Amino acid sequence: MIEIKNINKSFGDNNVLKNISFKFEKGKTNLIIGESGSGKTTLLRILIGLHDIDNGEVLYDGRDFTRLNTKDKRKLRQEIGVLFQKGALYDYMSVEENIMFPLTMFTNQSYEEKLQRVNDCLERVNLKNNNHLSVSELSGGMVKRVSIARAIVMQPKYLLCDEPNSGLDPKTAIIIDNLIQEITLESNITTIVNTHDMNSVMEIGQSIAYINNGEICWSGSKEELIENNNKQLNDFVFASKLFKRLKRN
Amino acid sequence: MRKLLKQLGQYFIMMSKVFSMPEKKNIFFKKLSLELEKIGLDSLGIVTIISFFIGAVVSIQTAFNFESPLFPKYLIGYATRESLILEFCPTMLSLILAGKVGSNIASEIGSMRITEQIDALEIMGVNSASFLILPKLFAAVLFFPILIILGISIGIVGGWIGCQTAGITAADYIYGIKYEFNSFYVTYCLIKTTVFAFIIATVSSYFGYHTKGGALEVGKASTRAVVYSSIIILIFNFILTDLLLA
Repeated sequence: MIEIKNINKSFGDNNVLKNISFKFEKGKTNLIIGESGSGKTTLLRILIGLHDIDNGEVLYDGRDFTRLNTKDKRKLRQEIGVLFQKGALYDYMSVEENIMFPLTMFTNQSYEEKLQRVNDCLERVNLKNNNHLSVSELSGGMVKRVSIARAIVMQPKYLLCDEPNSGLDPKTAIIIDNLIQEITLESNITTIVNTHDMNSVMEIGQSIAYINNGEICWSGSKEELIENNNKQLNDFVFASKLFKRLKRN
Repeated sequence: MRKLLKQLGQYFIMMSKVFSMPEKKNIFFKKLSLELEKIGLDSLGIVTIISFFIGAVVSIQTAFNFESPLFPKYLIGYATRESLILEFCPTMLSLILAGKVGSNIASEIGSMRITEQIDALEIMGVNSASFLILPKLFAAVLFFPILIILGISIGIVGGWIGCQTAGITAADYIYGIKYEFNSFYVTYCLIKTTVFAFIIATVSSYFGYHTKGGALEVGKASTRAVVYSSIIILIFNFILTDLLLA
């Protein structure tokens, strides 16, 4: 479980996150939703340690990430798998080398052991036998799947995804969403997905936190989301005419 | 002034991260061999061409200016050698390498920054500054002196060809090349080159590593890397010359 307590974050005079507290539960796909500029990317970057906080706590199963020393921080980071919006694959490496990279850096496994693990991960994301493709040869959906494979290769306890289906067609986006949910359930890990895609919300939203103007204004499941009476949330979720009509019905 | 101090602070913080033991030595050496190829071997062509023509032009210009019976002919070879060793090869070639290698380093690291590849390294627990910059720094510091020594040799050959067109005999030119040779000048040249290599690798890495924004910013970072590296090289050229020769 990942818990954030009373988090504040400002950039100069701009108070981006205002005293945010929330629990991201284990074995669930936790979604952070919100408009662009609402602070959800900042929150995710705080969770993965790319931004320092002004005050508050970021607890990974009780371990406060912000107060760990460099060595322990690095250890904890190896338990976190991250899927970036643009994939963040190393373009000078092949698919196999990209996925193998964390194993090479942090384990003393033999090449055969590492290759076995890479092949298992590639099979898990339905990209078997694509080991030697270069990053430039991959489609948008394949980039995301290779990124997922790299994120899970160290068998992380926490999986954090930043807009995993941005730039993908709806069908591929759902495949990626389902893949994330399946991995979460199979491995019983804590997954956080940062998104503003309503298809994702309806597909995998087991626990949803809605951020608006730096504050968590609402939280609940996708079923509760449909029935909610929060005006700000409804304006965001049911922004299109189609969704508004569906909500009325 | 405040911005300059901030950049200086960021540079030293980055350098403190760069100088840490590589996490996996085999990966470091693999990356070092790749950088030696990219930074060193791939610069052989441009160094060869520039050195050859600089040598040729220096000897022709010297011959043109020494067209007096008071000056012995061998002075053309002597002046060519001294110019190449003292200034043209270490400083001019370093400025050219700042353009070629420096822009390459800044744009490569800058692209990695804007595509979140550096963030991905950090999140995995990898010291990204050391992982990315240290092999480039080692490659530059190890290979630039080799390039400069090669440049001096090729420049001397170019000077000899230039002398042929200016009517100076090979015997006079070679006598001049050997005349009053001071080996400390080579040491001075190598010290300068090593310092310039350090400046090019680290200043360019700094601008790439601190890139923010998109593709446009990568281009700007690349330009800044070349401009700042060149200016710092010229400043250090003055300081080192004053310290070592004055």
